[in-house]
Amino acid sequence: MNFDLTAEQKMIRKLMRDFAEGEVAPGADERDRTKRFPKEIFEKMADLNLMGLPFPEEYGGGGADTISFAIVVEELSRVCASTGITYSAHISLGCAPIYLFGTEEQKQKYLIPLCQGKTLGAFGLTEPGAGSDAGGTRTKAVKKGDTWVINGSKCFITNASYAKFVSLTALTGEKEITAFIVPTDAEGFTVVDSYHKMGLHSSNTTELVLENVKVTDREILGERGKGYKQFLITLDGGRIGIGAMAVGIAQGAYELALQYAKERVQFGQKISKFQAIQHKLADMAMEIELARLMVYKAAWLKDQGRKFTKEASMCKLYASEVAMRVCNQAVQIHGGYGYMHDYKVERFFRDAKLTEIGEGTSEIQRNIIAREIGC
Amino acid sequence: MNILVCLKQTFDTEEKITLENGRINEEGVEFVINPYDEYAVEEAIKLKEQFGGEVTVITIGPERAEQALRTAMAMGADKGVIVDIEDLGDNVDEHTIAQVLAATIKEEDLAFDIILCGYMAIDDGSAQVGPRLAELLEIPHISTITKLTIDGNKVTVDKDVEGDVEVIESTLPILVTAQQGLNEPRYPSLPGIMKAKKKPLTRLELDDLDLDEEEIVAKTETIEVFLPPKKQAGKILQGELVDQAKELVHLLRNEAKVI
Repeated sequence: MNFDLTAEQKMIRKLMRDFAEGEVAPGADERDRTKRFPKEIFEKMADLNLMGLPFPEEYGGGGADTISFAIVVEELSRVCASTGITYSAHISLGCAPIYLFGTEEQKQKYLIPLCQGKTLGAFGLTEPGAGSDAGGTRTKAVKKGDTWVINGSKCFITNASYAKFVSLTALTGEKEITAFIVPTDAEGFTVVDSYHKMGLHSSNTTELVLENVKVTDREILGERGKGYKQFLITLDGGRIGIGAMAVGIAQGAYELALQYAKERVQFGQKISKFQAIQHKLADMAMEIELARLMVYKAAWLKDQGRKFTKEASMCKLYASEVAMRVCNQAVQIHGGYGYMHDYKVERFFRDAKLTEIGEGTSEIQRNIIAREIGC
Repeated sequence: MNILVCLKQTFDTEEKITLENGRINEEGVEFVINPYDEYAVEEAIKLKEQFGGEVTVITIGPERAEQALRTAMAMGADKGVIVDIEDLGDNVDEHTIAQVLAATIKEEDLAFDIILCGYMAIDDGSAQVGPRLAELLEIPHISTITKLTIDGNKVTVDKDVEGDVEVIESTLPILVTAQQGLNEPRYPSLPGIMKAKKKPLTRLELDDLDLDEEEIVAKTETIEVFLPPKKQAGKILQGELVDQAKELVHLLRNEAKVI
């Protein structure tokens, strides 16, 4: 048993702490207000070769591990969750399916530019009538001669406005789901960026509309009919990302609350001297530590090549609920100021909610855990 | 171009300093490359990018100081030397460090055209090691530089002199110390981080160096280590301006005793 990070992981944490403080934090509040996507941050991350972090160097990746990926997502989310989710979705939903299931030709064609940060990665699964319930998938691909004609729509798709192609699922038979890699500039493919969201304002969330979009067998991700299995595996990895994002949000909100409690004076003393506030902060510190350990454990299992479905769900479920509790109390500790934008915790509070929903709601996580423990 | 950088691992600038039994407590503290030394590392890498050659980073410190060298390697330094002098205990000052650095450069046959250091370490703040090392090596030195230009053998620097700038010319080989403003240190890249561990690192102890322990022990003695006194609440003078001025003079004379 060893709880120490490796030298590389420590250096990645230091790098990402400095990068987040220096490049991401400064404009985060303004971006939240103006809903501007921070393209320049990802260009800088591409310069540091971070956009393909956990993938092999032969595909332009960084050859780092999943724990390092979790560290990067946490550090970004600690100052700006919009940046955190963009990065997490790029890696775990954009790059990972192509790395895991793509043919060698597809890896050369798609994974390399993703790892180089020449495009962001996106994954089209959710539909108005289908999310974790894949049975509701309505998007259809029909084969006519050598061509697949895809019709349908996807919703809540992260990063698609900045993606040159999207992996998306479609019915290719009665109950057969196949994933296709579809260029976003294909005729009939529209990316709509018009959601008004509760939070994560500077992340890109889109609807995809496909009207007679034509692709060929070469755009089938891996094999025909494997789409359902592929996205289950993809989401397992993605949950580590969302867990790390939740830990980052919680850590950021906690630090702000601790700082504020040590400065704010009421009834003649700093409010951090009141036991009611101390206990809130102690609970925050404890729960964040536990959530982080669970994220690391899931990531570690993945790095060991072992099964991590249950642990990924546990870390995502626990960390996201911790993020909600911590942000709620962080706002509470700030009192009236906490309700105000300038004190940042209200942004963290709004952003945190997504972690209980995205990549499988908390209810779905409990279903998965229940299934894994043999219910 | 052969470039040496002497660096020190220091407390992260955000760490709170606490004392335990009259010594600074290092428990649970985050360590970083001394910020001024980081400018030196950045400048060294820029010189390598401009002229080719090799950057060697040298530090004196315990095992944990390896992390500082690895970070410099992640930024682009090629190899490192770490010297452990824990045998000397507390008998270490700037004189000792300069002697050990000079002996290390000799022992390792480290050729150099230029040596870069931070102008001071943020912990001890003596700003002595660079110039002392240059003296021992019998090469010129210029401290607190904010700009460095090398053309052939000619070295031109901007030197910060308490806010003003002196432009000084000299020649290689030379030792310069970095002041804030010299450059903006880069972030180490991910490939840099992943490769850092594989770069060559030499570990030396005092016994490996041709030094007489008695000659290098500290020439200074630390009598006491204490934290600065807590800041007192300020005083706001009230009343007519004439009275305020009178009271101020009175306080400066009798309370603050600065006049």
